[in-house]
Amino acid sequence: MQMINSTLFTGMAKLLRGIGRRMIERIWRLGAGARLFFLTIIYSGESFKRFHLTLREIYFTGVMSLLIIVVSAFFVGMVLGLQGYNTLQKYGSSEAIGVLVALSLVRELGPVVTALLFAGRAGTAITAEIGLMKATEQLSAMEMMAVNPIARVIAPRFWAGVIAMPILAALFSMVGVLGGYMVAVPLIGVDDGAFWSQMQANVDVRDDIVNGVIKSVVFGVACTMIALFEGFDAPPTAEGVSHATTRTVVISSLAVLGLDFVLTSFMITV
Amino acid sequence: MDRTTIDLWVGVFVALGVAALLGLAMKVGNLTSSKIGDTYSVSAAFENIGGLKPNAPVKSAGVLVGRVADISFDSKAYEALVTIKIDKRYEFPKDTFANIYTAGLLGEQYIGLEAGGEDDILKNGDKITQTQDAVVLEKMISQFLYSKASDTKSENNTDSKENANSSEKNSKDVKSTELGDAPF
Repeated sequence: MQMINSTLFTGMAKLLRGIGRRMIERIWRLGAGARLFFLTIIYSGESFKRFHLTLREIYFTGVMSLLIIVVSAFFVGMVLGLQGYNTLQKYGSSEAIGVLVALSLVRELGPVVTALLFAGRAGTAITAEIGLMKATEQLSAMEMMAVNPIARVIAPRFWAGVIAMPILAALFSMVGVLGGYMVAVPLIGVDDGAFWSQMQANVDVRDDIVNGVIKSVVFGVACTMIALFEGFDAPPTAEGVSHATTRTVVISSLAVLGLDFVLTSFMITV
Repeated sequence: MDRTTIDLWVGVFVALGVAALLGLAMKVGNLTSSKIGDTYSVSAAFENIGGLKPNAPVKSAGVLVGRVADISFDSKAYEALVTIKIDKRYEFPKDTFANIYTAGLLGEQYIGLEAGGEDDILKNGDKITQTQDAVVLEKMISQFLYSKASDTKSENNTDSKENANSSEKNSKDVKSTELGDAPF
């Protein structure tokens, strides 16, 4: 009987209860997030009937992210060109630099890095905006006026993210390839014809490019939905909104990397 | 930010995206070159296809003329039946050779067609009779070892038949150079 009253025992019990409570909270939040996702899909009609809503959101998520995406893509492509050439020329295969740059970008780096940058720039903007709308009670005011806040605010941003992500990923891949070209051909001196012809022979439209587009659409859904839910579910205080913004970036990044592995394992036919 | 400006910039954004996708497909991928038009099917039987896979290229004189459509096992003759689709623009005579080559040293395998001299041409559903299998590395190695062993055996036999002493001396000399120059 004395054992039950000892502090070690009660401390352990408290720890286990705490872990249990936190796990249950997380699973509860996951359910709430799934519910918001289904509601967004159900109330999506207005995003397309009043397309200017979605257009406005595409401007703020997609067009405003162009600068960071294009500049990052250019530098990533150039680094790939340099590092790739450094290793390939040891084995006498420096002509394969085009294949290396193109396949790395189109298959993996394009969708994944674009999704990470998108989550950082557009995702945080979405979370902060929706969190602030909730904190200043704009969403409740909309409900009072019989305007469905999900149809009016959440769904257009969701579809804007889903439309903008593949476009940004394709831009990233293309600018990255150009960056690799800039480093390999004028700077280092790899043959121009060999660069493009080897790339065209080894990059398959169906296997590589279409798979990259599919990945970017899935990442778009994941990042945008996580950003929307974190904003919608944020505590309506300044501190709550700032915490929600950091949570968006962390959870989006983890989700993108995890989904990337799952999708790649489906797509690579061993 | 009024609606017209937003529309303009979103239009530019989407146009850039579509251009990037098209650029990827045309310049980076193989969309333009992989279109083979109408094809006709021809089959060929091989004893060993090695690493040949479906959709492998079929080349003649190094130029892509078709693709491997299907690979199946013929359980009556115990050989591999490969169906290839050749572009309708190219005609091959009935005594065409079909060989399995490897692209590069350890690259993917493809079928090479060498035209024979007959007048009749292959039609849809015909069978190529002259085939050569893929090179299997293990068979090559065992062939090499077997031929090496039979070479040395025949050398020893001829030496002993001609002159026993000289062969002994030769072998002793060979032995001494092998062991004598060694530091131990």
